[in-house]
Amino acid sequence: MGRVEHDYDGPILECRDLCISYFTRAGEIPAVIDFNMSLNQGGSIGLVGESGCGKSTVAMAIMRYLGNNGAIVGGQVLFKGRDMAALSAEELRQLRGNEIAMVYQEPMASLNPSMTLGRQLMEVPLCHENIGEKAAYERAVQILRDVNLADPERVMAAYPHQVSGGQQQRVVIAMALLSNPSLLLLDEPTTALDVTVEAGIIELIGQISEKFNTSMVYISHNLGLILETCNRVNVMYSGVVVESGTVEEVFDQMRHPYTKGLFGCIPLPGADKTARPLVPIRGQLPLPHQRPPGCYFGPRCDFFQGGLCDQPDLHMTQVPNQPGHDVRCRRWQEIDWSTYHPEGVGAGEMKAGDVVLSLKNMRKYYEVTDNSIAAMIRGKRVRHVKANESISLEARSCQTVAIVGESGCGKSTFAKVLMGLETATDGEVVFNGKDISQEQVQKRSADQVGAMQMVFQNPFDTLNPSHTVGSQLARVIRKFGVESNADRIEHRVMELLDLVKLPREFARRRPRQLSGGQKQRVGIARAFAGNPSTVVADEPVSALDVSVQAAVTGLLMDIQKTYRTTMIFISHDLSLVRYLADRVVVMYLGRIVEQGTTDEVFAPPYHPYTEALLSAVPIADTSVQRTRIILEGNLPSVTDPPSGCVFNTRCPRKIGEICETEVPPVVEPSPGHHIACHLPMAELRQMKPVIVMADSPPAPAAE
Amino acid sequence: MLIFMVRRFGTMILTMLVVSILVFLLLEINVEGVAIKVLGPYTSVEQRNLWLERNGYFDPAILRYLRWLGNFVIGDFGNSVRFKVPVSDVLWPRLANTGILGAVALFFASLIGLTLGVIAGMREGGGHDRGVSVSAILTTSVPEFASATFLASFFVFYLQWLPGTSGMIDGFDPVQLVLPVMVLVIYDWGYIARMTRASMAEVMTTHYIRTAVLKGLPYGQVIRRHALRNALIAPFTVIMLQINWLLSGVIVVEVAFAYKGFGALLYEASLNQDIYLIEACAMVAVFVAVMTQTLADIGYTYLNPRIRFS
Amino acid sequence: MTDQAAGIPRRESSLLRFVRGAALIRESWVGMIGFAIVLFWVLVAVFAPLLAPFPPNQTGLPLSPPGAAGMTGGVYWLGTDQLGRDTLSRIIYGSRQVLLYAPLATLCAYLVGIPMGLAAGYRRGLTDDILSFISNVILSFPVLVLYIIIIATIGASGTNIVIAVTFASAPGIMRIVRGLVLDLRNREYVFAAETRGESPWRIMLVEILPNARGPLIVDACLRLGYVVITIGTLGFLGLGLPPPDPDWGGMVSELRQFAIVDPLLAVFPCIAISSLVLGFNLLADGLREVSLRD
Repeated sequence: MGRVEHDYDGPILECRDLCISYFTRAGEIPAVIDFNMSLNQGGSIGLVGESGCGKSTVAMAIMRYLGNNGAIVGGQVLFKGRDMAALSAEELRQLRGNEIAMVYQEPMASLNPSMTLGRQLMEVPLCHENIGEKAAYERAVQILRDVNLADPERVMAAYPHQVSGGQQQRVVIAMALLSNPSLLLLDEPTTALDVTVEAGIIELIGQISEKFNTSMVYISHNLGLILETCNRVNVMYSGVVVESGTVEEVFDQMRHPYTKGLFGCIPLPGADKTARPLVPIRGQLPLPHQRPPGCYFGPRCDFFQGGLCDQPDLHMTQVPNQPGHDVRCRRWQEIDWSTYHPEGVGAGEMKAGDVVLSLKNMRKYYEVTDNSIAAMIRGKRVRHVKANESISLEARSCQTVAIVGESGCGKSTFAKVLMGLETATDGEVVFNGKDISQEQVQKRSADQVGAMQMVFQNPFDTLNPSHTVGSQLARVIRKFGVESNADRIEHRVMELLDLVKLPREFARRRPRQLSGGQKQRVGIARAFAGNPSTVVADEPVSALDVSVQAAVTGLLMDIQKTYRTTMIFISHDLSLVRYLADRVVVMYLGRIVEQGTTDEVFAPPYHPYTEALLSAVPIADTSVQRTRIILEGNLPSVTDPPSGCVFNTRCPRKIGEICETEVPPVVEPSPGHHIACHLPMAELRQMKPVIVMADSPPAPAAE
Repeated sequence: MLIFMVRRFGTMILTMLVVSILVFLLLEINVEGVAIKVLGPYTSVEQRNLWLERNGYFDPAILRYLRWLGNFVIGDFGNSVRFKVPVSDVLWPRLANTGILGAVALFFASLIGLTLGVIAGMREGGGHDRGVSVSAILTTSVPEFASATFLASFFVFYLQWLPGTSGMIDGFDPVQLVLPVMVLVIYDWGYIARMTRASMAEVMTTHYIRTAVLKGLPYGQVIRRHALRNALIAPFTVIMLQINWLLSGVIVVEVAFAYKGFGALLYEASLNQDIYLIEACAMVAVFVAVMTQTLADIGYTYLNPRIRFS
Repeated sequence: MTDQAAGIPRRESSLLRFVRGAALIRESWVGMIGFAIVLFWVLVAVFAPLLAPFPPNQTGLPLSPPGAAGMTGGVYWLGTDQLGRDTLSRIIYGSRQVLLYAPLATLCAYLVGIPMGLAAGYRRGLTDDILSFISNVILSFPVLVLYIIIIATIGASGTNIVIAVTFASAPGIMRIVRGLVLDLRNREYVFAAETRGESPWRIMLVEILPNARGPLIVDACLRLGYVVITIGTLGFLGLGLPPPDPDWGGMVSELRQFAIVDPLLAVFPCIAISSLVLGFNLLADGLREVSLRD
């Protein structure tokens, strides 16, 4: 595959005043309005926005695959100068997969489970070019090498479920690149992947655009990813583009209040929960059929002016001296960001109190019976999955301890042991003075159960759809014995709704009438119904939009300060963890590899895994420099962990055989900061910081 | 995969054992009752006891069960009270007849059901879909005895094209098969079509079909290579399980059209309290049913690469 | 102090909610037709004495054609059977039997099948293995074979039919409920209830079962139709309710034998039973449509 050379001079893709609507029984619902975009050869443009902003719809419209109830109702899409509406079905088919290719969000779902990967890859050249099977096979193997997949022949013969998520996505990318497309559409290609795997894919995408000169449209909700991959960006809100320009212009010289608001919601390295807290955007995304007149962002905007901002026909205006930087706002010229200091939802100073929860060498092993013939012959049928190994940590009142790690690291098992849904195989879990490691939740007293509660990950599933919000809260209140009198229970339900800033009448509503953020607030209310001393929050904001994340995070911190609750915050989002947590525990394959205060963990000396993890997190700040560390190989299976140090198969700093044979000792570069690694202390202290802010002083010389 | 097959067959044998115990308990535990059924109600107590003694009925129950089970396994089912010949002489030919009827009916029902199901599922909510769905609902609302009556009054009495009974007295006559097969197919195609349609419709909404279309593959190839390959896995199991249903469905059809098949045999046996025949029919029916279930399970696992290679 | 004054909104009556939910069927015209048919037969059954022109067991002119005049006035609109009993009246009264035993049998089957399915799906492990094995054993009997054996052993009567239907249907219901529970038990709200230490039966009945009501209601309608067919088939085979009470299946069996004389006679009870089953099937289809849209 070589560089794509075009026979056409102008922009590869142009969208002019594109309008797309969906037609349901309730009528026409506009999804994208007045969309303009121009993509030059070799360029890459990002579409960024929250859910419902229409970015994925635009991609589908470019491919002209809107389903039975979607249609382009206005404007044009021009590919290499040709109006795509004028193409016949056969011409369109020849473009797809050939000149315009797409990479999807969930690689497992996008691959046919009943067909080998090789066959799915070979279909592309067999269909679009006049070559035979053997040549197609060779092409497929070659493209798999180009996307850095080891052992391509094995991948060719495998079925999708036999390879990992990261490998699947590489195959999908390979499939898209097979025919040398002029245009590549990527719809949230890394959302379903772990952070370290994501970094590899992002690097690959960067290489592709350089090597093959492919033009790209990159869709994401993550501003950090856009910064890494694109040179231009369109910020979308509720179906319209509110700001568009080069990455530098939009990130550093933003003009639209929504863009500003978005950046205020994201925990960048400079944010600080006490001094410079996140600023959530108030209000809610409008429903597609209930958009306000004029500027859709108006009701949530601090600069809204009635009579001006709610007049219809709001167009993009260009920023003077910056051609290509456009803003859809009537007042942007009057706005001076240097005088704009919105109120953040901060935490205030919180001093940690006594130890509330302490774990010593907690182990949780699962037994798995292996029924294969091989195991029976060997005589070893029962194997142990070491889900948690040697977990020791402490948490104090009014303190936030974050547990960080990727899939398979054991954080969900850890949460289950804490909550009593599983009992520990070994070790101690001391909570409020009592060892609860062997007590299942049904055996614990109502007080104990109420004292440690959980906030869950998926707000859409966290409430029972068949019962009202009020009845679900009342149940929890009754269960934990907080109140028993019906009136007092009712009263307490109202108090809880007030606590999470929801209107009282929500008590009578069913969950399906609430938005994701509102459901999560009810989830928080439910966790606090029993006056818990400790709350385990398992990815509580991961499934929410960015603007809602900041509000819900702020709410959690607020409640925590009021009640002096201990929070165990499980997350894979390192930026949020840096913002929120007081102490951080990094887990890999069931073991703790590093723990310490937030400052200690996020600065060198690092455990090599922490180092790689930090380098992989996308940061939406142009002034931050990151060292690139890409981990080779896949996450090992938990049923068959590597011997010695579990990270040795992927560690870029592996020193030799000792890493494979011996479990690493725990070293303490500073009191309270533990790293489990064989590297000598001197070498640890010589590590350079992975993330460097442009205006921060250089790292102090090694001691 | 091999382990799975061995385990499934093991479960099958276990099921058969439990069924045999149930049948034994139901029909043979009451020795007095057995004697009455075999010898008739007008015999004296001494005559019955003599017979029971001679045939080992006063032995302990476990021994009797094992002997009974052993006889079954080697194919000795005893003698039919009504026909006065060994049960096997009557059972196997009748089973063969039902086999012919069932095979023809299943063939046509599957053909029609699969084809219409795929067409309906390809465009969910479209015209074909509604047409097939409504027809399927209509035909599965008519019980077999009702459709037998409708068809008979139309084809036999009004048009006078087909014979009213299918006794096959003068040797095998395919014309006599037409009405019984029609009744079975009319009822059964709808179920197969609905399952196929559901499977097809679900596959058509998957992301990998979207991937196939957006790769630029011709639509026919998308349907044939990508959709059908996944959509037909579930209907395959459904069709195998229809064999179980057919064993039930043929009873009414054979009685209605006087077809000398296995279903009619069981029916007459139960009316006449022909005990050994009932036992034999029940065991054979369950054996066929359990065997097809096991084969369906194994087949489904084999066809589904996600399960086969995990 | 009233609730409103304290800022606490009023609770909505659960009866009102149920009626509002049931009225959703209006959104599907297929469902409305089904509902109308079922309602028609229910009314026929309720008002049978007022609607039937003759007492169902009264003998008269044997094998009269449809529309013939009766001996003492009245018209045999659908003809008579071999004993001269008016077919129309017998069909009308026959609806009572069907609409009594079919829902009763279905209800009993659900009362047995639902707890079994809940326990098997939620608790898994040994409970699941045993219950699934038992239900597989019962389900491995071809359905009618099972019915024939049961009825032949315990005899034919209304109660016995209910018992037989319950026995034969409960495993199927158990499988469906088990499948639904296996899916629902992974939901986060179930996990949340577990972390609160709720008892397993409370979780099964309060958290899981209400969310399975959509598919179960649809299945109930379909099963009602199927039980009607079963009762008719048993009647046809002579294993249904003992004579002389009118039984649609039995009527078909008797009238068929006289098809030489008039093939049309046997057709009327066939239409009756088919229409009732059609009503249930259309209602089920309509409910499924509506629940998908929700």
